[in-house]
Amino acid sequence: MTEKTFTEAAREALSDAMDADPAIFVVGEGAGERGGNFETTAGLYEKHGPLRLCDTPICERGFIGMCTGAAMTGARPVVDFMFTDFILDGLGELINQTSKMQYMSNGRLKMPMVLRGCIGIGHSAATHHSGSYYPFFVHIPGFRVALPSNPADAKGLFATALRGEDPVFFMEHRHLLNLKGPVPDGEHRVPFGQAAVVREGTDATVVALTVMVHHALQVAEELSGEGISLEIVDPRTVAPLDVETILASVRKTGRLLIVDETFMPCGIGAEISAHVTEHGFDELDAPIKRLNGAHVPTPYSPSLERAVVPDRTTIEETVRELLAE
Amino acid sequence: MSVERGDSFELYRWLYRTMFTIRTVEERLARSFMAGLIHGACHTYVGEEAVAAGVCAGLTDDDAVFSTHRGHGHALAKGVSPAALIAELYGRETGISNGRGGSMHLFAPEIGLMGTSGIVGPCILQAAGAGYSARLLGNGGVGVAFFGDGAVGNGAFHEGLNLAAIYDLPVLFVCENNLYATEVPFSYASRNPDVASRASSYGMPGVGVDGNDVLAVHEAAIEALRRARAGEGPTLIEAKTYRTRPHAEGMGLTGVYRTEEEVAEWREKDPISRFRRRILSEGTMTASDLDRIEADVRTEVEEAEREAADSPWPDGGTADRHVYRETV
Ligand SMILES: Cc1ncc(C[n+]2csc(CCOP(=O)(O)OP(=O)(O)O)c2C)c(N)n1
Ligand SMILES: [Mg+2]
Repeated sequence: MTEKTFTEAAREALSDAMDADPAIFVVGEGAGERGGNFETTAGLYEKHGPLRLCDTPICERGFIGMCTGAAMTGARPVVDFMFTDFILDGLGELINQTSKMQYMSNGRLKMPMVLRGCIGIGHSAATHHSGSYYPFFVHIPGFRVALPSNPADAKGLFATALRGEDPVFFMEHRHLLNLKGPVPDGEHRVPFGQAAVVREGTDATVVALTVMVHHALQVAEELSGEGISLEIVDPRTVAPLDVETILASVRKTGRLLIVDETFMPCGIGAEISAHVTEHGFDELDAPIKRLNGAHVPTPYSPSLERAVVPDRTTIEETVRELLAE
Repeated sequence: MSVERGDSFELYRWLYRTMFTIRTVEERLARSFMAGLIHGACHTYVGEEAVAAGVCAGLTDDDAVFSTHRGHGHALAKGVSPAALIAELYGRETGISNGRGGSMHLFAPEIGLMGTSGIVGPCILQAAGAGYSARLLGNGGVGVAFFGDGAVGNGAFHEGLNLAAIYDLPVLFVCENNLYATEVPFSYASRNPDVASRASSYGMPGVGVDGNDVLAVHEAAIEALRRARAGEGPTLIEAKTYRTRPHAEGMGLTGVYRTEEEVAEWREKDPISRFRRRILSEGTMTASDLDRIEADVRTEVEEAEREAADSPWPDGGTADRHVYRETV
């Protein structure tokens, strides 16, 4: 184990994969010599050159479509979006082409393409640089969606994505990029569809995504002083979603809260709560609760911005409500 | 299907057979459509056969073709059999994609057919991507996009040509300008009536050719392929042509803009009879050589159709296969 930041850990996975597989190339605005807007590719250009670390013009639709064609013909593209918001310019390519190519070709084409970008509200980035949007992609057959919450998972999930054969969204929350943590040295892969129980407890289950895992852990720590025992589950991938681990936790605690920074309607919380009511209704001692970011475009001013994101205070309040049911 | 250059007998025979196969399959499909045997839309390529044949004659199985909604001709010219194509349109188990795709999703990657498409535009970007992987992997392949005049106003045209140009990608962009996008005349949709001239904006050569002259198309394609394979980058080819059937089967032959006179005029320029006359005047083949090709093709297509009609339906229980390559 070595202490690394989230970004360093993901970059290590990328660097290892690029050393091992000459078919991998990265495209993005500044992904080449500059080393990536978030240092996602720092140092790799010097090693692999401009064809494998490819700077693009600002044409998200264009390079998503180009990478789709490259994946169809034997290459393994990694698209570095900088901010996930910019993916929206290429949604037609992604949803009509990338996600469906394997199916339309009756399984004869592969689509090993990784789409990475920064998500999340913060730093007064306002509404064009703070979107997450991952529920869209969960809805579409053909995509995988990974949401690492710590450096070790960043390395392990990215390594799995880079070795896989299906298109994967790898989304990196802005508040996690400089987070440090222990990262396994050498080969380290985290399989998709395996949630992590990041804290064990008995009174209620909190399923939290990306940065919300850290808020939930702090709330659990605080409430433990009052004798309240929370179990925190980090799904790590939302497509596929490890429903079994969540159900097993709910069987133990009888109570469930889902905390997600993205919008509530048709979101991950709705999906999880539908699974739990379908398969674990009898285990529930209280109605399921969801805590989401406000259903508004992200505002700029710090006081407004704070008001639209779940935080320790609102998580704690909601946990107390859940326990009082 | 790469044909030895310099051997005009082989080349002419391949071109003639390919064009006649496309025509015969399309006319068969048009009858099948009327008979209710085709379950979705069917856009035929009648009148435009010279473009697919002329370009694909220069390609190998390692060259990747990305096609359109009007893609039967590209599929056949790339080497898909009439049987696999007709069965796919009939929705049968023996279709090229086991009935998953239909007319607008024909795939045969093993011979470089990377799909016909239901969406106008993306083929241009994907062909650039095939060019990118050819450069990255050093496999000598070329990406080829066929697209209509309707795609020229789409952002994919701009982004795809620009990307291919700046990375010097081995790509052919083949615009089949048949003057209309469904019913919208290109003269209405664009202030610049000339597609080929746009190439200069991207720093690549643009070549306009008579799309009903198969040898002219072939010559332009061969030069563009030479450039691509030599690392000289992409080329835009505009083949001016016309469809002499409706936009899609079941629609009107003429409409708000197209007139009976215009259709009749273009029927006079039919690429197959024109090539036939040329072959006979050059004496490369005799009338009986050509008649024999036609008879062979008719037999093949009729057998293919019967086979398709007798083929089983895919099992509904397999509908969820191939969404992902890897199971989790
Ligand atoms: C993005 C998109 N918009 C609209 C359509 C509907 N559509 C199908 S074919 C067509 C016209 C295409 O014209 P053109 O590209 O010139 O090809 P042609 O049919 O003339 O061969 C349209 C508008 C589509 N398939 N994709
Ligand atoms: Mg047209």
